[in-house]
Amino acid sequence: MAGPMKMRATLASGYTDVRVLMSHPMETGQRKGPDGKMIPLHFIQNLTVKVNGKTVVEGQISQAVSRNPVFSFRLKGGAKGDKIEVSWLDNKGETNRTESAVA
Amino acid sequence: MDDQRRGWLKAAGALGVVLVAGLLKPVAALAATWNKDAFAAKSAADALKSLGAADTAASSDIVIEAPQIAENGAVVPIEVTSKIAGTTSIAVLIEKNPFPLAGKFDFMEGALAFVKLNVKMGETSDVRVVATAGGRNYVATREIKVTIGGCGG
Repeated sequence: MAGPMKMRATLASGYTDVRVLMSHPMETGQRKGPDGKMIPLHFIQNLTVKVNGKTVVEGQISQAVSRNPVFSFRLKGGAKGDKIEVSWLDNKGETNRTESAVA
Repeated sequence: MDDQRRGWLKAAGALGVVLVAGLLKPVAALAATWNKDAFAAKSAADALKSLGAADTAASSDIVIEAPQIAENGAVVPIEVTSKIAGTTSIAVLIEKNPFPLAGKFDFMEGALAFVKLNVKMGETSDVRVVATAGGRNYVATREIKVTIGGCGG
C-alpha cells in the first residue's frame, strides 16, 4: 500500500523549505468501496522530520489529512548538503522514510 | 539424520528471531505518541481539552493562509505560520468535521513554527488553529467555504 515518498529541500532566504509527498490512501473509514462495504480506517498517524539526525518536527495527524499527503515545513537557517529525513507511521504499523540533502 | 534435523530447526528458529527483531525495530524506533483521546473527540472544544489547551487567547500573530472558497473539499490547502515567539506546537482543527482535530505539530529547536498541509473538509466550516508558546495557548480562526464536500468519496 505504501508507495514511494518524494521530498525536496531547498534553501530560501533565512530558512530551508522542506516539501514532502507521501503516497498513502488516508482512508477515513467512512467511505464505501466498490463492493458496498466500508473501507476500513487506514491513515498516517505520526510523522517526524530530522535534520542531520536531530528531530526538529514531530507531527500527529488524523484521517482528515488528504490522500497522498503533502506537507511543507520550514527549518531555521540550514546549509547546502544538510541531511533531511522524513518518516511516517500509520495506524496499521506500516512505515516509510525518505532522505535527501538540502539543495 | 536426527542431528541434522535438530540443526535445521535451530537454524530456522534463530532466523525467525532475527526476522521478528528486524521487523519490530522500525516501529519501535518510531513509536511516537498519538493522542488518541484528542483525535477521537467529536467537538473542537473536547479535542483541545485532551490536548491540554482548553484555555486559549485570541491572537493576530497566527497567520492562516487558505482559500476563502474551496472547490474541492477533499484537498483544502492550509498554511499556518505562528509569529508568536517561542511557539512549540501548532494544532489544526476543522470544527465541523466528524473528528475536528486534523493535526498537531511539535516544533523543536531548528524548526520554524510553520506548517502547510492539505486537509479534507466535509462542509463549510471554521478552521481553528491553536499555537502553544511558553505554556500559553493562542488561537486564530478562519472560515473556509466548501462547495463539494470531501468526506463522502
